[in-house]
Amino acid sequence: MEQLDANLLARHLVDLIRPTLTPDTALVGIHTGGVWLAQYLHRELGITQPLGTIDVAFYRDDYGSRGLHGKPQRSDIPFDVEGRSIILVDDVLYTGRTTRAALNELFDYGRPARIDLAVLVDRGERELPIGARYCAHTLSHPLPAGSSLALSQDEAGLFSLRLLHE
Amino acid sequence: MNNPARNPQLNADGELQHLLTLDGLPKNILNQILDTAEPFTEVAEREIKKLPLLRGKSVFNLFFENSTRTRTTFEIAAKRLSADVINLNVATSSTNKGETLLDTVDNLCAMQADMFVVRHATSGAPYLIAQHLQATGRHHIHVVNAGDGRHAHPTQGLLDMYTIRHYKRDFTNLTVAIVGDVLHSRVARSEIAALTTLGVPEVRVIAPKTLLPSDIERMGVRVFHDMKEGLRGVDVVMMLRLQNERMQGALLPSSQEYYKIFGLTEEKLAVAKPDAIVLHPGPMNRGVEIDSAVADGKSAVILPQVTFGIAVRMAVMSMLAGS
Repeated sequence: MEQLDANLLARHLVDLIRPTLTPDTALVGIHTGGVWLAQYLHRELGITQPLGTIDVAFYRDDYGSRGLHGKPQRSDIPFDVEGRSIILVDDVLYTGRTTRAALNELFDYGRPARIDLAVLVDRGERELPIGARYCAHTLSHPLPAGSSLALSQDEAGLFSLRLLHE
Repeated sequence: MNNPARNPQLNADGELQHLLTLDGLPKNILNQILDTAEPFTEVAEREIKKLPLLRGKSVFNLFFENSTRTRTTFEIAAKRLSADVINLNVATSSTNKGETLLDTVDNLCAMQADMFVVRHATSGAPYLIAQHLQATGRHHIHVVNAGDGRHAHPTQGLLDMYTIRHYKRDFTNLTVAIVGDVLHSRVARSEIAALTTLGVPEVRVIAPKTLLPSDIERMGVRVFHDMKEGLRGVDVVMMLRLQNERMQGALLPSSQEYYKIFGLTEEKLAVAKPDAIVLHPGPMNRGVEIDSAVADGKSAVILPQVTFGIAVRMAVMSMLAGS
């Protein structure tokens, strides 16, 4: 995989989102990497609406085969979803299944005016008709099957992208 | 079963397959249930109080003994997980016509049951069903014990643990007193098992000698027969319901006398820690085991217990159905 500076990409994402912001826009980060990124965007973009977070564990389409795994986090949507413009934030866009689960979950809180997707990296190989309106980087080549790309954050708040092989 | 030494509640991968008792349930599973329940509490605050986890699954509430509250909270939990819930009023159905428990179960399996929630007056009935499903290779069907005889009431024990953890955070520095009819109480057994597994250093029971099992000290608890001694310095008071039918035997003189000695009043509670919490599994007998001033007072966490009970049952059901 090409070397990626996650902090530069995050900076770039701020610039991509800023021109389209409205006073009404709210951010929702998807656990876990998406929440770190959303916290950063929320701060850098000076968004006034409180930050939302969701864990899609209860909406995943592989529950039937894999069950619940890990420790699900509480979803927290501290604003009224009805009629709201929402930017859903995730670290990596891959098959699109996580985004699908997040969309379903958000609609259980109300009917938003619109939802856009912001991601740091698009690694391609979509399995659903989903695209990101804001994307800081698109990988030119597919990653090996079974590998996972995820954001991590150190104590100083600096980001890095890590490639893990299962 | 292939390996009889295996915990009958766990599958080969060590995941929860049935929930039958908290006795012998490993600490990591107990904590996993409590951790999983936490995010479920938030669902109650949503516009649409429903998650898709058990979509297409059929949950059968098999209550051979009446219990409106437990059945209702199981029903709400299953419905919030999008399951189809079928309530069987077994008291008025085929068992009265002579059908055996396992024949009833086989018939419901033929109706594509995915989970049984079982309440039965006989200790071990849910275990018998689980064993039968296992022996007949129906590993995808799960059993939840909703109270069996004097044996166990694991989801009540779990929701009590959830409530204690919610208010006290850490189990390892607590003193907990269980008060009342321990002898007949499946709730008390489940509570003692869970408190011990979760590392509570001191579990006390406070009751008259006639309402304690003879082997009570073997359960690792300190026994008290006096409320003020037993409640001194405790962080948590877990009340048990005094079943009215016990008054008819020779076990207790009268409910007034019981209230005088073992009823929880503000005066008796005053020797506990100032921030002590009071739990009760319901239904309460005001003026028998608990005074209204305590039941409605600032220490009582009895209604939050009910709310947490739904989340805990959602956690159990979603862990089972996903195993």
